[in-house]
Amino acid sequence: MGFHRPLITGLGLLLLWQFLVWATTAPPYILPGPVAVARVLLARGDLLLVHARTTAIEILAGILIGSLVGAFSAILLTAFAPARRWLMPVLVVSQALPVFALAPLLVLWLGYGMASKIAMAVLIIYFPVTAAFFDGLRRTEPGWLELARVMNAKPAAVLWRIRLPAALPALGSGLRVAASVAPIGAVVGEWVGSSAGLGFLMLHANARMQVDLLFAALFVLALMALALYFAVDRAARRLVPWQQDTLAEN
Amino acid sequence: MDHERPPGIAVSVRRLVFGEMVLFTDLSCRLPAGAWTCLLGPSGVGKTTLLRLIAGLLPGGTVTADDGRPLEGRVTLMAQQDLLLPWLDVLGNSLLGHRLRGEGGQRYQELEARARRLLARLGLGRRLTALPAQLSGGMRQRVALARTFMEERPVVLMDEPFSALDAISRHRLQEMAAELLDRHTVLLVTHSPREALRLGHRILVMGGQPVTLREIPAPPGPPPRQPGDPALLALEAELLEELAASDAQMEEAWASTVP
Repeated sequence: MGFHRPLITGLGLLLLWQFLVWATTAPPYILPGPVAVARVLLARGDLLLVHARTTAIEILAGILIGSLVGAFSAILLTAFAPARRWLMPVLVVSQALPVFALAPLLVLWLGYGMASKIAMAVLIIYFPVTAAFFDGLRRTEPGWLELARVMNAKPAAVLWRIRLPAALPALGSGLRVAASVAPIGAVVGEWVGSSAGLGFLMLHANARMQVDLLFAALFVLALMALALYFAVDRAARRLVPWQQDTLAEN
Repeated sequence: MDHERPPGIAVSVRRLVFGEMVLFTDLSCRLPAGAWTCLLGPSGVGKTTLLRLIAGLLPGGTVTADDGRPLEGRVTLMAQQDLLLPWLDVLGNSLLGHRLRGEGGQRYQELEARARRLLARLGLGRRLTALPAQLSGGMRQRVALARTFMEERPVVLMDEPFSALDAISRHRLQEMAAELLDRHTVLLVTHSPREALRLGHRILVMGGQPVTLREIPAPPGPPPRQPGDPALLALEAELLEELAASDAQMEEAWASTVP
């Protein structure tokens, strides 16, 4: 993969940013320029790192737990018809409920620490992972299933050796979505009530008119989210080596 | 295969309806033991339906084996699509049935050795670890043939297994299948009169409304017959005429079901 294209795009955005600062003549406490933000990034590196660590742990734990529970639910829904009848409505209702509205409750129940943020991330990830994986599990090529039937296959073997591997590309899509929404869950959780994390830092910086620090925290958060997305994307590709990427440009 | 004599099969259907259209009424058909029966007919006439009835994938018919034992577990299927699992290599795909039945241990070792020998015989000895995506259409269908044979089942139902292949692959695969499944009771559904005349001990033409089966004489000599055989070519021309007429009738029949 070439790095020059993202680099050029990044540089272009920085120039645009600087241009906006110059054109609007906004004071630095409203819109700081890239140079000011870079300076804060260097000067307050330790502080940013400490808070980034908290947020990273929340996001990663959320992804891990949410994906495992989601994948497990999808398999449960596939394997047992009663599970489908009883759990599907619950699943749909859980999605209709805005997770953000639950944030204050979660903080009330689980406290100001990481647990409430992890729970937020898990809740926000659970549905996309379950829905994507379950979709993959129910769309197995009918010809394979007929073949398995004529072969007198055991039902567990059909699930484990045919349905499941065939649904891995769909699970990969769910995980990609999860990777991109998990940081939202963690940060919203931090906004509602916390004593650490990038969301907490941003809120504080904003209240003290340290907009440059807010921008620096935002920058670190974006960097983390990007790294997470690419890591998950890579893992999802590794999961299905037989799957051809028809858009790949060698 | 050596330990079990293949059974002959009798199918009878009282009445089978698809939507508005009566597909079969009082249809019966026999597949003689240890022989290839080729089933020809225009598209949409119900060839695949009959095959699926025998495979137990469709209800609505009575299927019996002439040795009196149930047919369950003695039938295998080969379709037009190879139905290989894209994440399993050639060897894994050829042993799919055994994996899905959870056969393991000592027996699996033996089976694997047999599959290796079979695949080598089919010209795939060097591609054992290749994934289906890395193989040509002809090679993939050879793996499907190996998978069918590895099932060790005396009755083989084939639904146009060679029709998606290029002429040369098709010719080779027909020969391999005829040789490998020599002692099996086979039903081969096909569109191609030439294929039926090459491979069939017995040739049935399905057609009409309601559907009937008509047996036509197979060319002399044991299959696989040479495609250049004059008797075969003469019969092919005759059959083509008949099928074309029957196809036109089919289209009218379907058209009359549409208001």
